[in-house]
Amino acid sequence: MTDAYIYDAVRTPRGKGRKDGALHGTTPVRLAATALTALRDRNRLDTANIDDVILGCVEPVGEQGANIARIAALYAGYDIAAAGFHVNRFCASGLEACNIAAAQIMSGQADLVIGGGVESMSRVPMMSSGGAWAADPDVARRTHFVPQGISADIIATRWGYRRRDVDAYAVESQRRAAAARDAGYFGRSLVPVRDINGDIVLDRDECIRPETTVESLAALKPSFVEQGTKIGFDAIALQRYPDMEAIDHVHHAGNSSGIVDGAAAVLFGSRAAGDRLGLAPRARVRGFASIGSEPTIMLTGPSYATEKVLKRAGMNVGDIDLFEVNEAFSAVVLRFLDALSVSPERVNVNGGAIAMGHPLGATGAMILGTLLDELERRDLSTGLVTLCVGAGMGTATLIERV
Amino acid sequence: MNANIVRYSVDTEGIATLAIDCPGRALNVLNREALAAIYAAIARAIADPAAKAILLASDKEDFIAGADLDMVLAITDAAELKAATLELHRYLRALETCGKPVAVAINGSALGGGYELCLACHYRVAGNRPSALIGLPEVTLGLLPGGGGTQRLPRLIGIRAALPLLLEGKKLKPAEAHKAGLVHEVVAAGNEREAARAWLRGRIGQETLQPWDIKGYKLPGGPVQSPAGFETFYAGSAMTLAKTAGNYPAPHYILSCVYEGLQTDFDTGCRTEVAYFAAAAMTPEAKAMMRTLFFHMNQVNSLARRPAEVPRRKFSRVGVLGAGMMGSGVAYAQAMAGIDTVLLDTTLEAAEHGKSHTRRLLDTRVHKGYMSAETRDAALTRIYPTTRYADLDGCDLVIEAVFEDRGVKADVTRQAEAVLTPDAIFASNTSTLPIGSLAEVSIRPQRFIGLHFFSPVDKMPLVEVIVGAKTSPETLAQAMDYVRAIRKTPVVVNDSRGFYTSRVFSTYVREGLMMLAEGVAPALIENAGKLAGMPVGPLAIADEIALDLADRVNRQTAADLGAAYVRTAAEDVTETMVNVCKRIGKKVGAGFYDYPAEGPKRLWSGLMRHFPSTAQQPALEQVQRRLLYIQSIEAVRCLEEDVIASACDADVGALLGWAFPVCHGGPIGHIQQLELPRFLAACRELAVSFGPRFTPPALLEKMAAAGESFYVA
Repeated sequence: MTDAYIYDAVRTPRGKGRKDGALHGTTPVRLAATALTALRDRNRLDTANIDDVILGCVEPVGEQGANIARIAALYAGYDIAAAGFHVNRFCASGLEACNIAAAQIMSGQADLVIGGGVESMSRVPMMSSGGAWAADPDVARRTHFVPQGISADIIATRWGYRRRDVDAYAVESQRRAAAARDAGYFGRSLVPVRDINGDIVLDRDECIRPETTVESLAALKPSFVEQGTKIGFDAIALQRYPDMEAIDHVHHAGNSSGIVDGAAAVLFGSRAAGDRLGLAPRARVRGFASIGSEPTIMLTGPSYATEKVLKRAGMNVGDIDLFEVNEAFSAVVLRFLDALSVSPERVNVNGGAIAMGHPLGATGAMILGTLLDELERRDLSTGLVTLCVGAGMGTATLIERV
Repeated sequence: MNANIVRYSVDTEGIATLAIDCPGRALNVLNREALAAIYAAIARAIADPAAKAILLASDKEDFIAGADLDMVLAITDAAELKAATLELHRYLRALETCGKPVAVAINGSALGGGYELCLACHYRVAGNRPSALIGLPEVTLGLLPGGGGTQRLPRLIGIRAALPLLLEGKKLKPAEAHKAGLVHEVVAAGNEREAARAWLRGRIGQETLQPWDIKGYKLPGGPVQSPAGFETFYAGSAMTLAKTAGNYPAPHYILSCVYEGLQTDFDTGCRTEVAYFAAAAMTPEAKAMMRTLFFHMNQVNSLARRPAEVPRRKFSRVGVLGAGMMGSGVAYAQAMAGIDTVLLDTTLEAAEHGKSHTRRLLDTRVHKGYMSAETRDAALTRIYPTTRYADLDGCDLVIEAVFEDRGVKADVTRQAEAVLTPDAIFASNTSTLPIGSLAEVSIRPQRFIGLHFFSPVDKMPLVEVIVGAKTSPETLAQAMDYVRAIRKTPVVVNDSRGFYTSRVFSTYVREGLMMLAEGVAPALIENAGKLAGMPVGPLAIADEIALDLADRVNRQTAADLGAAYVRTAAEDVTETMVNVCKRIGKKVGAGFYDYPAEGPKRLWSGLMRHFPSTAQQPALEQVQRRLLYIQSIEAVRCLEEDVIASACDADVGALLGWAFPVCHGGPIGHIQQLELPRFLAACRELAVSFGPRFTPPALLEKMAAAGESFYVA
């Protein structure tokens, strides 16, 4: 088997995913092209050597539809020889795109592949692609569909995370993100988004709120009470988990991932391809895995995906220096820490999606870059990225510096 | 024969009238013969060059009551039902696409298949008869509209407006049906044919089609695949599952018919509906619901258990002793049925207070527009509050609803009997005391009977008619006549401890308490009860009944039964709650649950201390099985001991008395649904694990050995 190496990783800043967000005026194709252009230019790539461009995208409709990866590559001026396709593993799409890129190289069928992702949540809102899971009555019934916020609240209830626990986690995410930003830790990967004149539209993450305190979060109302009680999702959750008396609704906008716009791209290649092009590898992909888990609780996948990838690699949790566990909701990370007995000091050390936002299709690729940057900064060796995924899945990627 | 069912005539204006009149029945019902006749008439009208327009009508008082459930229940092969339903669709489709204008005169109720026939017409006129109801109530019997109802109604009024009607099976009065868009026009009763003709006259010669067959048709309210459609089905699917807990397939199938069918052309949508309809009709749930809610309910209400030789008795004057909650409820039921009521209590104030209960209920009806002020006033004059036993003179029946105390009951019995004529009946509304023992003080025990009403009387349709050892057949027959006269449903029960309903229902509560003692998590017990289809969990019920009351009853039972009494862990739990925890139930805001001033009740956190949950919890299915099967076993024992006369009474009594899950048809219906050998095997297993109370009664073993079942289908 050929080893797959990471040669570089870039990302745009994350802009607030509303109409008053800085990136709202930037099309998703241009967002993706920003990342692709930066990756090409700073590595002086002849894009005729790129076998494939794979981008995660969770709402692939409208201007994000019809294979945004190929279109963004063409728009970025990539050689027509660079193919492209989009993938959708919901919130892990960006990481899955990277895993597939690595897999193409490991299988010996490609030499240089870009994995990444894009999501303009301000322009193509969540749920735009509809789908059968929530709406098709026969599907929803058989699978006990509940929305993710209810799932996160189920986790909090079952593992006993009270409101102050999830809020405290959120405050820490804000603190870490602000500290990392102020210290310039994101500088290596971050590329500014520019308008057609070359003027900067946004060059830093827009949503970090270091002033957040447990007291200020206490004022926020839980977000999923109505869905739970009026529409009946709590009752459906109890049908699946009848040992619970009721769902404790603890999640809200302040302890859940923010809605943002952004894109990321990561360059993967074989050692031979890197040598040929004069590129220095930064890390080797040790393994990756995706798993399916119970879909109603939905968001417990990260621990299982982590266990799977570690087992295949013959490693233990203790072998991992740093983790990035996507902060979809506070309870997801808290449960990951408990399930694998990991110290919070090794997880999301520079904050996460609660502070900076979660551009659905891009996040996985973004935090892969964040992890690699931090391993280098601390001169550590091994890192693991994992995300919880809609419909009950988890995806993980294990990397090791070279 | 078919020619007699639909009268076909074409008038000089070219309007062909198809007048439906099923011979020998009070109502038009869509059975095989009627359908064949309607198909033939539709084909004839389409082909007849003299027929320029088509009018559907009924020669009965109502239009069509719906499909013949005997026919639906008898079909056990989905393919056969599909074929029959597809044929119906072909004719309805031919009718609405033939180009000739088609109108229907809805002279009375048009329900189910009857209204689906109307939906295939281009113009619907309803006569404004007070008794007329229009709608698609199939879901209430576990079915769905199979004659195009799920396809035409949403295309007519939009998905959002159609879904509640389809999912709840609500029947609308003509004016409401008009407002909802189900009919085009409402006219004075009797004028509907002429109004329909007038519309047809104006259309003769013009090609007439349904809105959905006209080019450029847009679904009102937007298509399935739109933000609005997504939201509707997102919420609709969840609300439905939250409500059914997966126990009732029909509402889910209805949603699927609309979701899937409204994304396709009309004919494909109809095929989708046919598939789901056949699937629904084949479910054990639909079969159980049709059997109990329709056939058995009709059987019980037609007084199948009434001694036939006794002449019917009319009740014009009835006395009620005790104007408390039960007594005043009975007075209300009687006043509504036009029976003069003597409402007697120890003080006039108390008797008047009892009457004011009826006034409150009637005021609400007037306020909601269900009743006129005149009718209310007339009903109120029928209740005569008093303190004097002499006023009971001339009563056909006296019902005592005083305290559950033998002394008090004996006293009122003696005083009333002193006034009553020899043929008058004396009834006790006791819920706990054996009728035979109460009749001991009676000077005419053959005219003494139990009438066990349920609370709240104005809402609960069941009355247990308790036959004492000395009660005469005449008394029983007439007491049943009385129950029907006040529009309630009587089930006949032979005198025994707990009668029928309390005896069987209490096994549900007791099983829940025993599980708590075993270490089953209280939330699991409660959820299992609710997810099994019971309205409330066993612990919540115990709180409502009150634990101190249960404790007193337990001690009384122990004293009465002596050596025969078998104490279970359930009694220990009750005793602990009362004596150790000092939590006696909802009435004091503290029982198994806490009852905070704001928000829903929550299980008391201290339960874990007194009844710690075991680490290994049973599967939900096992908890559900215990809670339901124990009721079925007890109902069989009641049959075995002749406490209740028939399986059909047992099922109807369970549905109306304690809201046993209707998807199973009743505790006996549930055995039928599971099939006896499987039920027996499960009970034997439960007996090994949890004790002899699950040992199958001999009756079941005997029936299984003989290959018998309780019901034919």
